[in-house]
Amino acid sequence: MRSGTMRPLALTGVAVLAAGVVLAGCGKADTGSGGSAASGELTLWTHNAGNKEELAVVNQIVADYNAQGKTKIKVQAFPQASYNDAVVAAATAKKLPCILDTDAPTVPAWAYAGYLAELNLPQDLVGKQLESTLGKYQDKLYSIGYYDAALAIFARKSVLQSAGARIPTVDKPWTADEFNQVLAKIKAAGKPQIAFDLGTGDTGTEWWTYAYSPFLQSFGGDLINRNDYKSADGVLNGDKAKAWAAWLQGLIKDGYAPKKSGTDAFADFVNGKSAMVWSGIWSTANMDKLGSDGVILPPPDFGAGPKIGGGSWQWAISSSCPSKDAALDYLKFSLDPKYLAQFAIKQNVVPATEEAAELTPGWKPGEPKRFFLDEAKKFALIRPPTPGYPYLTTTFAKAAQDIVSGGDANQILDRAAKDIDTNFKSNNYYQS
Amino acid sequence: MSVTTPGQTTKRTTTRAADAHAPTLKKTERREALAGALMVSPSVILLIVFFFIPVGLAFLLAFTNARLISPTISFTGLDNFTRLFEDPLFWRSLRNTLYFAVVVVPLQSGFALLLALLVNQRIRGTNFFRTLYFVPVVTSIVVVSILWKFMYQPDGLVNNLLQSVSFNLIQGTDWLNNPGAAMPAIMFMSIWQAVGFHMIIWLSGLQTIAPELYEAADIDGAGRWEKFRYVTWPGLRNTRTFILVTITIAALSLFAQINIMTNGGPLDATTTVVFQAVRIGYQQQQTAYASAISLVFFLLVLTVSLVQRYLTREKD
Repeated sequence: MRSGTMRPLALTGVAVLAAGVVLAGCGKADTGSGGSAASGELTLWTHNAGNKEELAVVNQIVADYNAQGKTKIKVQAFPQASYNDAVVAAATAKKLPCILDTDAPTVPAWAYAGYLAELNLPQDLVGKQLESTLGKYQDKLYSIGYYDAALAIFARKSVLQSAGARIPTVDKPWTADEFNQVLAKIKAAGKPQIAFDLGTGDTGTEWWTYAYSPFLQSFGGDLINRNDYKSADGVLNGDKAKAWAAWLQGLIKDGYAPKKSGTDAFADFVNGKSAMVWSGIWSTANMDKLGSDGVILPPPDFGAGPKIGGGSWQWAISSSCPSKDAALDYLKFSLDPKYLAQFAIKQNVVPATEEAAELTPGWKPGEPKRFFLDEAKKFALIRPPTPGYPYLTTTFAKAAQDIVSGGDANQILDRAAKDIDTNFKSNNYYQS
Repeated sequence: MSVTTPGQTTKRTTTRAADAHAPTLKKTERREALAGALMVSPSVILLIVFFFIPVGLAFLLAFTNARLISPTISFTGLDNFTRLFEDPLFWRSLRNTLYFAVVVVPLQSGFALLLALLVNQRIRGTNFFRTLYFVPVVTSIVVVSILWKFMYQPDGLVNNLLQSVSFNLIQGTDWLNNPGAAMPAIMFMSIWQAVGFHMIIWLSGLQTIAPELYEAADIDGAGRWEKFRYVTWPGLRNTRTFILVTITIAALSLFAQINIMTNGGPLDATTTVVFQAVRIGYQQQQTAYASAISLVFFLLVLTVSLVQRYLTREKD
C-alpha cells in the first residue's frame, strides 16, 4: 500500500474512534433515577433492599396509595450500606427523588445542606408519634418515622436469682450500686464466664455511639452541649463524663465485661457464655432457646436517669420535589395506624404510635413487648441533632474504643472534646 | 538495482530534495507527529479529565472548608494546614507510616533478594517454588487481611503454631489488640504478601548478569560471597533502584490492611496517613481537611522518591 493513502486513512479511523468513545460516554450519563415528575409520577427511595419484610410493607403502602388513583408513586430500593452515598451523590447532581427515607442522625446534616423540605403535617398526626421518631432541626420538622428501635439488657433470670438480685422494671430500674453488686456476685459465682457482655465485637462506628453514649448520658455527660450545640467542653470531658469513662474501663479491668466481645455477642449470650448482654429489640427474634429464662431489663440509672438511644429510619421529602403536596399526601396516607402496626408485626421494632401498638399483638400494656415502648417513651434520648453529627459520632466512637482498649481515659476525653470544639469552630458552628 | 515501489521512490527523491527544501521535510514529520498525537489523544484526554483535574481540584480543596455535604464553601487559606500540624493524631500517623516504611523496605527487599538467589538455580523444582512464592501476591490484599485477622486471634493459628514449635515456651499474645504487637504483626503479614512480587523483579535482574562474569570470577578463584559482592551486587544496580523506589512508595501508602484488621487502633498504634485521610474524608465528611492530608502526603512521597533518585543516580 502506498504510504500516501495510509496516513489519511489512519487519521480518519482514529478520529472516528475518538468521536465514538466520547458520544458513547455522553449517552450513558442520564439514567433517569431522579424524580421524574414529567409523567406525574413521584419516585420514592428506600434503604431496605435486602430487608424483605420491611420492603414488602413499603410496597404494600405504595400499592394501596396508587390504587386510589391520585399521583402514582414508584419505589426504588437500595442496599443499606450504600444508601447514604447514593443520596449524597444524587443531591450533588440535583437529582434527588421526591420521597426518601433517612437515618435519624443524618437528618439535621441533610436539612442544613438544603436537601430536605419542611414537613407541614397536621399537629394531631405529629402529636401521636413517639418523640424519637420525629426528625427536627432548628425546631422545624423534616422527617417522621414509622417505628423506632430500643436498647435493653438481656439477662438470664436464673443467674440473677442465684445472685440474689431483684428484677428491675422501667418504673424501678437498678441504681449504679445495685448494678455493681449484681456484677460482683455473678463474677464470684464463676458461671457464666462473662457477667455483662457489652458487645464490643461490633466495630461499626454508629453502634459504638448508639450503644455507649446512652451510658454517658445516664451519668450526666453528653456528646455536645445541647443548649447551643457549639462546644463539647465540660460535657464530654467534665467530671460526669470522666466518671462514665472510669466506669466503662472499670468493667473491663475488673473482668465483668470482655475487652473485645465475640462477633455475635447475642449468640454468645444465648449459648450461655454470658449472664447479661447489652443489645436491642432486634435480638428478640433469637431468644427462643432461652424460653422463660430470658428477661429483658432497662439499663441502670447512673445519676441522670436511665437512657437509651432513639431515632431510627425516618421519611422525608426532598426540597427539589416539584409536587411537594402530593408527596405530603402520600406521607399522611402512610401514617395510618394499620400500616405502622404492619412494620411492628413484620419486624422487631417499636411501633411509633399508641394506636399502632393497640393493633399489634404483644404491644398492649401488660403484654411482653410493651416493655420496649414504655422504655422508648421514658428513656429514649435522640443522638444530638446537629449537622456536625458525622464528626461527633466518629470522634466519640474512637474515644470509646480507646477507653475500652485501656488508654488514659481523662486524656482521651479531653482530646475528643478539643477536637470537636476545633472542628465546630472551623465550620462556623454549622450555622447557615 | 533494488526494487522500490513508486511511493518509496517518491519519498526518496522528496527526501533528497528536502536537503535543499527543509519545509517539505518538516511537513512530513509534522503530519506524522499529528497522527501520533491523535492516536494518543483519547487516553491523554481521559487521563487529564479523570486524573489530573480531580487531583488538582482536590489540592485546591485543601485551602477551603468544604465538607462532603455542605451548602457553602469558602476559602480558609492555610487554616487546615495549621490544624493539621497541631494535631497529635497526624504526627502519630506519620510516625507509624515512617516506622512501617523504615522496617519493611530493607526487610522486604532483602528477603526478596534472598528468595530470588535461591530460585535462580538450575535445579529441579525452581518453577514450583517460584509459583509458590508468588501466589500471595495475586491474592487480594483484602482477602489476605481478613484471613490473617483470624489467624492473629488469641486462640488462632499463629499462637498455636508458636506454642507447638517452642514446646509451650512462647505463649503468643492477642496480636491485633496489643498496642506494641499490632504494627509488627501487620508488617509481617504485608511482607509475606508482597515479597513474591519483588522476588520476581530481582530474579529478572539476576538473569541479565552475563554468566561469563561468573565464569571469570570462578577462574579468579572467587568464593560465593566474593562472587555476590563483586559480580551480582554491582550488576543489580538498576533493579535495586527500581525496587527501592517502588517498595518505599507502596509502604508509605499503607491503608487496606489497617482498614480491615485494626481500624487504626489499638490506641492509635497502627493508624497511617492514608488511613486518616480516608477516615476524615469519608466518615467524618471533612473533605477539605482530608484533602490537606492528601496534599501533605503527596509532597512527602515526592520528596522521598526524589531523594532516593538523587542518591542512586548514575555517578558519571
